[in-house]
Amino acid sequence: MRELTCIGCPLGCSLRVFEEDGTLRVEGNTCPRGETYARNEVLCPKRTVTSTVAIRGGTVNRLSVRTQTDIPKDKIAACMEQIKAVCVEAPVEIGDIVLPDVAGTGVALIATKNVPQK
Amino acid sequence: MRVYDLIVIGGGPAGLAAALSARRAGVQDVLILERDHLLGGILNQCIHNGFGLHTFKEELTGPEYAARFIAQVREENIPYRLGATVISISREKLVTYVSREDGLVRVQAKALILAMGCRERPRGALNIPGSRPAGIFSAGTAQRLMNIEGFQVGKEVVILGSGDIGLIMARRMTLEGAKVKVVAELMPYSGGLKRNIVQCLDDFGIPLKLSHTVVEIHGKERLTGVTLAQVDENRRPIAGTEEYYACDTLLLSVGLLPENELTRALDVTMNRVTNGPEVDDRLQTGCEGVFACGNVLHVHDLVDYVSEEAALAGKNAAAYVLSQPCAGRTVDITADSGVRYTVPQKLDPDNMADTVTVRFRVADVYRDRYICVYCNGERIRRIKKRVLAPGEMEQVILKKSELKQPLQSIRVCTEVE
Amino acid sequence: MRNDYDVAVIGGGVIGCAVARELLRRRLRICLIEKGEDVCSGTSKANSGIVHAGFDAKPGTMKAKMNLLGSRMMPQLAEELDIRFRRNGSLVLCLSEDGLPALQELYVRGVANGVEGLAILTGDEARRKEPNLSENAVAALYAPTGGIICPFELTIALAENACQNGVEFRRNETVTGISRETDGYLITTNLAQIKATCVVNAAGVHADKIHRMVSAIPMHITPRKGDYCLLDKEVGGYVSHTVFQLPSSLGKGVLVTPTAHGNLLIGPTATDVEDKEQTPTTAAELAYLTKTAQKSVRELPLRSVITSFSGLRAHEEGGDFIIGETPDAENFFEAAGIESPGLTSAPAIGSYLAERIADRLGAEENPDFVPTRKAIPRLAELPAQERKALIAENPLYGSIVCRCEQISEGEIVEAIRRPVGAVSLDGIKRRVRAGMGRCQAGFCTPRLMEILSRELHRPMEEICKNVPGSELLTGTMEGRK
Repeated sequence: MRELTCIGCPLGCSLRVFEEDGTLRVEGNTCPRGETYARNEVLCPKRTVTSTVAIRGGTVNRLSVRTQTDIPKDKIAACMEQIKAVCVEAPVEIGDIVLPDVAGTGVALIATKNVPQK
Repeated sequence: MRVYDLIVIGGGPAGLAAALSARRAGVQDVLILERDHLLGGILNQCIHNGFGLHTFKEELTGPEYAARFIAQVREENIPYRLGATVISISREKLVTYVSREDGLVRVQAKALILAMGCRERPRGALNIPGSRPAGIFSAGTAQRLMNIEGFQVGKEVVILGSGDIGLIMARRMTLEGAKVKVVAELMPYSGGLKRNIVQCLDDFGIPLKLSHTVVEIHGKERLTGVTLAQVDENRRPIAGTEEYYACDTLLLSVGLLPENELTRALDVTMNRVTNGPEVDDRLQTGCEGVFACGNVLHVHDLVDYVSEEAALAGKNAAAYVLSQPCAGRTVDITADSGVRYTVPQKLDPDNMADTVTVRFRVADVYRDRYICVYCNGERIRRIKKRVLAPGEMEQVILKKSELKQPLQSIRVCTEVE
Repeated sequence: MRNDYDVAVIGGGVIGCAVARELLRRRLRICLIEKGEDVCSGTSKANSGIVHAGFDAKPGTMKAKMNLLGSRMMPQLAEELDIRFRRNGSLVLCLSEDGLPALQELYVRGVANGVEGLAILTGDEARRKEPNLSENAVAALYAPTGGIICPFELTIALAENACQNGVEFRRNETVTGISRETDGYLITTNLAQIKATCVVNAAGVHADKIHRMVSAIPMHITPRKGDYCLLDKEVGGYVSHTVFQLPSSLGKGVLVTPTAHGNLLIGPTATDVEDKEQTPTTAAELAYLTKTAQKSVRELPLRSVITSFSGLRAHEEGGDFIIGETPDAENFFEAAGIESPGLTSAPAIGSYLAERIADRLGAEENPDFVPTRKAIPRLAELPAQERKALIAENPLYGSIVCRCEQISEGEIVEAIRRPVGAVSLDGIKRRVRAGMGRCQAGFCTPRLMEILSRELHRPMEEICKNVPGSELLTGTMEGRK
């Protein structure tokens, strides 16, 4: 049995995951998101990574970014390494793709801020 | 002097939602005064995700959440002034602000919405002994320096306080290569959201030491270390439990305080627990036509609820401007037995909306308790909660139909089995 | 920078700055050497900010003389320098019948020192003047000439005015040795060799070290640490007088006072320490401090504490100020052991030493000396119309940086650009109070750093809290070109 705290929403349900005959059973969730979270957390934990990248020619010095969806936890370090090397040119709009495939995850890194040109 | 129907002080999440809601309720002449150089308030530096699940049914980062409201404000053509700091307000709703572009300006409002937000408690308020070197930041200051300005604030970090900003910064600094050695929390429970403890500490193996505090600060020019100690049930350090942590940075996430300097001039009743003004079910303060919402009213942990509360303030401010509803009688909503406060603190039983959301925080971590509402001494609500924690705001929605008439009292409390 | 002066003043505290300014009333070439990044960064930066009436010191001592004289000079000086000074009056409380003889003795001493208006009040009379006084006060010595001043304002205004009149300020320069030459002294610093005919030792807690570079006469300065708590302006009016308790052998004890800026201050403790550089507050002293202060007033609003800090007093074993020419070192003048009432005495010590030095050098009057200086406008305190006019003149006055104290970018820029201007966050704080309010620089730190970086043409990473080594940032994010 593994105990987890669901991070799907602020409720933070205390989850218990039982492995029986090769199948997973989740207890303690109040919604389906909890079950999905618990299964993923046991099989392949994933997180959204947020950070900033350098931006030139804009009204600010840093552009905030995130991975478009969750990426495997073990790719976070590689993702951060790539993020550090990036420098984009203004203007940028929310949702613009900064890196199409971050750390070989197939997930894009996207802008989360509108930065007009200076 | 220019007279506005509605002036909203603050262009953060509360101010934006309030202004939008007021405009949509029919008030054309709205002005937002924002002291920063862009709209969005503190959300601009909260680059992490977790915002908007409630409002937009998707998980957004702070800047994305703000951008959605800013876009709506632009679509609605609601005027705003940036870099405009309000320096005084009066009971007559005379507002004085200064800005680089406008100079010193006095404007008159028919209704006012207070949405000034909150600020972090500084080190001084904790009176931690020791030296006063560089390297001690409130978590939000460090967040701004990193996420907006693009600088590193430290390499080896200790965080005091497990408020959400501190937790978020633990992860943020770790991702940027700093070593976060420990998060110390004075209380026997965390002040932050559970999900943040999982995502920001557990994920990176950062220890959380409950019932611990910083008892000494070391270092002359730059911080060289802090001494942590365990505290007893009265939050006093226990001799012999001291432990030294070498670090160049101490982040403080020890609570937020509503920023009510301007409010004081209104001479309205302030709540000693929330540090915000007391309001009725329309979110109107003790000064008629002055409404409050967001963190200036009480500190929230979720921006979604700020937006919701602000929309209500905006709607009611609009109603005040358009029809000047006269103040009816009010009934106090009292908080006791584990409930520290409620917002609103009173309710107008005759003119209330069909439902009123009462938000509150509990005093301690409780397991398997009931949240109960009593009306004229009779219990009208009993909600089972597996866990209640001071770090997570709770709410009950009161229906007008279930309140006994004539209404004399409402009491919100917790009860054991 | 020229390295040849008539007078070199060592130490940029209130005494050094006062001496330097006074010296300019004559035609002299003067430099002031300060090891810190700023003036007012040692003993002068952390004290009670009291202009003492002068009843404490033993009659006939330098302390007694300089205190009274300094207190009398303060109103004119404050006017010339455009700084706040208020005679709020002081009360020394006697908290038990046993103390009455000591209170009486203090009264007699005060009269002998020439202090005007002293009176012994009953407990009730004192409480009528000061309603929040403790019920336990059985009597009080009332001194109407006691006052409050901001030590930063005074020191910085003296420095600024001295600089405007021609004193060369050499900051970040530490004196490492002094040797006697035929026609004066050769001062070696970490940066240069400086020749000066006369030297003034105003080095605060380090005065004994400087003294020993030229003199064989024993001198030993003990740093005596005092912890303080500063309370929010919302309780600044909790008392209107400066409230002392009967003094002890270690000093005037813990006081409760409004500050010149309207906060409430309690302190100091008194602990002799070894280290002349480090001034950590301690839990034990802060606890003692609050406990003791609570004896003076009822229900001290301790939840309004916004910061605690400590300072060092330069206590000399002889117990009195050492002011004048060092007997075995001709043309070497000293102001050593300047503990309380040093701030009060500063103007008097300044003119006392300056006159002797100028006479020794036979310097003629300086007709160009300008004794006045205008303070940086304090916009938050101005009437709306004046404020409006100033913003119209300089729009930066309309951009508020420090929310708590309502300090504008214009004021901050001026603090940096003025003579002997601010070069650090602490320098700005001491000049215009940005970051001194209840949020203690939480919001304004990044803005202040940006303004310093822009005005001083220094990268953000080099911006310091105070001395080199106190940089706030540890690097930039990567990816930036």
